[in-house]
Amino acid sequence: MKYALFLGCTIPARARNYELSARRVAEKTGVELVDLEDFICCGFPTKAGDMDASLLMAAYNLALARKQHLDVCALCSSCTSALSEAAHHLSENEEDLAKVNERLSAVGLQYEGSPKIRHFARVLFEEVGAEEIQKHFEKDLSGLNIATHYGCHYLKPSEIHDGFDDPENPTSLETLVALTGATIIDYPGKKTCCGGPVLPVDEKSAMSVTKGKLDNLKAVGADALCLVCPFCSVMYDGNQKSIESEYETEYKIPVLYLTQILGMAMGFDRKALGLNMNVVKTKDLLKPYF
Amino acid sequence: MGAVDLDQCDPDFVNELLQQPEAEKISACFGCRTCVAGCPMSAVNDTFNPARIIRMALYGMKEEILKSSFIWLCSSCYTCQERCPQGVRITDFMTLLKNMAVKEGHEPAGVKAQLKLTKGQGRIYPLDGFDNKKRKKAGLPPLPTSCDVIRELFPDQV
Repeated sequence: MKYALFLGCTIPARARNYELSARRVAEKTGVELVDLEDFICCGFPTKAGDMDASLLMAAYNLALARKQHLDVCALCSSCTSALSEAAHHLSENEEDLAKVNERLSAVGLQYEGSPKIRHFARVLFEEVGAEEIQKHFEKDLSGLNIATHYGCHYLKPSEIHDGFDDPENPTSLETLVALTGATIIDYPGKKTCCGGPVLPVDEKSAMSVTKGKLDNLKAVGADALCLVCPFCSVMYDGNQKSIESEYETEYKIPVLYLTQILGMAMGFDRKALGLNMNVVKTKDLLKPYF
Repeated sequence: MGAVDLDQCDPDFVNELLQQPEAEKISACFGCRTCVAGCPMSAVNDTFNPARIIRMALYGMKEEILKSSFIWLCSSCYTCQERCPQGVRITDFMTLLKNMAVKEGHEPAGVKAQLKLTKGQGRIYPLDGFDNKKRKKAGLPPLPTSCDVIRELFPDQV
């Protein structure tokens, strides 16, 4: 398995813990991730203001990977979705395709169909598979009660994700986390958005959405939240403290990337998985496992 | 919102919308409010109401929509679009409205800043030497701190 690694904007700047742990898990499970340093923004943050520009950015990235004969693996759910939506749009819209190619010719590229686009969690779930993942486990994580957060663009819009998991009743993340021996905790509002995309426009409303999930997690007594998107992590991990002080409450719920959880079971140490970079402290909770 | 003044409505707006793939099905909305029931933003801020926005669009309330701050409350989570029994592409429709608002000069400052960064520098969080230092310390490969290709893709961007 070989993919171009699409890091996007948020991960290299704000989620090095995700990048580190994903690279470790990929290496262990035989997924070769190739770095293409000419990738630019996926187009997602541009779409609300300028759909044409967003489409061009996504098409540029896809054409770049295709030129190197590489499929694309993204760690960010919004990157996965923006690239997949663009590929879907260009496959059925010749007029926009012609416009995109006219612009891409300025940088010596042409969009000639899309490479395969996958979220890394989907690669682990579908292609690597449970058997290969568990083969590398050295530790049992039983005793940990983990809730999962799917976020939005990992699964939606479903028409561009080939229905690999059901957005109304998703199971892929629970399936992967359960391999480690950890207990899965269900909670109300599991499928709710993190609120992140609204942050630049209305911080209060965005944080209220984030708070709703933290309240539910606290109520069911989850030890930690597992997620697969760096911007969801900005909301639940990065902003957890501000929400606590704004609403005079306390959560202290560690937020872990799926790859940090799998990496722990594989025996990597705290630093190798970037656990020292998680904002909500993980040390007390995870002490028994290191 | 008070009474609708139909004299202020713009029937051309509806026709313009119905020609766009993102909005072509809005007239199929029968007001069941499944979109509102599942919306994470409507749950915390009742000024955002997708069913009402669709109705306003069908009345031709162009100014009220494009100058509003409520259209920007859509988090583009796609819950409504997945669930709409009439197949209205609600999330895509909200994106279309936001794009139209920007064209009319009504974008919020945060959105303007995002556009400037992505179209001007190729990244929403441009990287510098300090980022690469931190990346190196963590054992991660360096990444470019400038982006030439973006200027060729968006030559008009200042």
